[in-house]
Amino acid sequence: MATLDLTIGEDVAAVPARRKRRLGRLFWAAFGWMIFVFAVALLADVLPLPSPTDMDMLERRAPISAEHWLGTDGLGRDELARLVHGARISLVVGVCAPVIGLTFGGALGMLAGYFRGRFETFVVGSMDVLLAFPPLILALAVTAYLGQSIFNLTCILGVLSIPAFMRVSRAATLTLARREFVIAAQAIGASHARILLRELLPNVMLPLLVFFLLGVAVIIVAEGALSFLGLGVPPPISSWGSMIGEGRESLEVAPQLAFFPAIAMFLTVLSFNLVGDALRALTDPRQGAL
Amino acid sequence: MSNAALLSVEDVAVDLPTARGNLRAVDRVDLALGAGKTLGIVGESGCGKTMLSRAILQLLPKKAKLTGRVMFDGQDLARCSAETLRKLRARSLAVVFQDPMTSLNPVLTVGTQLIETLQEHLELDALSARRRSVELLAAVGIPAPEQRLTQYPHQLSGGMRQRVAIAIALSCEPKLLIADEPTTALDVTIQAQILDLLAREQKRRQMAMILITHDLGVVAGRTDEVAVMYAGRVVERAPTQILFKQMHMPYTEALLAAIPKLDTAPHTPLPAISGRPPDPTRPLKGCSFAPRCRYAASRCEAEKPLLASAETASHQYACFHPIKLAAGVGA
Repeated sequence: MATLDLTIGEDVAAVPARRKRRLGRLFWAAFGWMIFVFAVALLADVLPLPSPTDMDMLERRAPISAEHWLGTDGLGRDELARLVHGARISLVVGVCAPVIGLTFGGALGMLAGYFRGRFETFVVGSMDVLLAFPPLILALAVTAYLGQSIFNLTCILGVLSIPAFMRVSRAATLTLARREFVIAAQAIGASHARILLRELLPNVMLPLLVFFLLGVAVIIVAEGALSFLGLGVPPPISSWGSMIGEGRESLEVAPQLAFFPAIAMFLTVLSFNLVGDALRALTDPRQGAL
Repeated sequence: MSNAALLSVEDVAVDLPTARGNLRAVDRVDLALGAGKTLGIVGESGCGKTMLSRAILQLLPKKAKLTGRVMFDGQDLARCSAETLRKLRARSLAVVFQDPMTSLNPVLTVGTQLIETLQEHLELDALSARRRSVELLAAVGIPAPEQRLTQYPHQLSGGMRQRVAIAIALSCEPKLLIADEPTTALDVTIQAQILDLLAREQKRRQMAMILITHDLGVVAGRTDEVAVMYAGRVVERAPTQILFKQMHMPYTEALLAAIPKLDTAPHTPLPAISGRPPDPTRPLKGCSFAPRCRYAASRCEAEKPLLASAETASHQYACFHPIKLAAGVGA
């Protein structure tokens, strides 16, 4: 019989090894694509690409070649250059708009969930009004009045995303504010500001950040839809949505003109969703355990 | 009671409005606690122990109504402004809660929670706050305190977490520590360690302590005075030794009888208290313990007994038929 080895390791008191969290290849592939798209968008001006707005009327809808890697569009503009510059618009709008939602929605939700009372009723009520308002009509109205620009587009989409962020942060704050560690913080004399910023914010931030990543994906699609309808960025600036819209006209002759931006958008949105999901899976068990 | 009591709870009542009507969680409680002394509050679940401690700290739920006075260090906490109260809590009051799983912030490291508290309260710079945290963790018996600072609460065991919670509570050198069932969520073997730790730190720091528990055994050797609560009222109050030697309230006796003893034969049924505590939303006319009391007479159901002094002024009880344990043991 083998003897049981009951000696306890001497390093019991040592720091327990930080458990490696497994993220999987899919996560890293998605993360890699995100980084790639960001890098390309950032370096768009430095990259050896033809101008995205220079038209070459002799080479309209050119096929894939060494000169034009992804061919040219209906006006003879280099498709790859437009795709790369379009990534800029899509990402700027896709990231900035949820940042607006995260900041305002997150703050409003935390204040509403922590202080409750009339303030909460007011915030939730006004968010319900905003939610009930048809988003497309709002976008139309604002672009009609203020004109088409990236800034306006970002603001519209940002404002529209506030209610969702508010709900996520309020729900998280509501459950957390009842927990004993908040009472414990009050009991040792922490101020409201301190409890909100130092005790609650780190807890609420996790679900908010995950929701933020999912929000980026939604906003990229929304920006695409608005650009497709002609409400997005003004031409000749390219964004993925407007490229799909322009490609639609020559779908029979040159289907790649709509497909390339569509694939780019599909992969990017999928990446954001996958990364967001993986991060949520990471943060969830810990929330549940405590 | 001496006039120099650190904390005196005078005629405190807490009312909670509920859907079924007004719930009187704490019913006209009077308590006093001198500096450096320990008071045990004993009672079964739902008898108002925690509400009383929250009333002392002014951390009641928003809807709760508090009447009476909570005098602490010459100030009435119930009438303090929010800012004075906050400063007072920061400097002189501290709490240790029942469940260390929930009383620590799950997403901040132990170090962050401790160091920030220290920086805030004692206005230390980051380095000395860190050094002080290590000392505190070592003082509460945590091995390898340096490494613990970088860990999250979920990486520690229940006992460790409670030690961290105690370290945070002690960090601002409070004059009064309220320990609300500090060992209920812990293993029996850890319980004794935590209680000893609290007693040791209390002696060393000369702070007053309120130890809330449902276990008479916990208060037995570790408190100067014990208050037994039932249905929101203090039904018996006495210096610990006197209480255990000659209790007068049948409820105290029943509680004591319900503690399992090592020397009884196996499979002896435990003498439980029959029935349930009265519905706090429908107050009884008479003694609230009468329906479950084996000494109850008709007077107990018609009239509420008030706290009266027994042999000494420090021993008070609320009962019409006090048991005379010294004489009654043989009978």
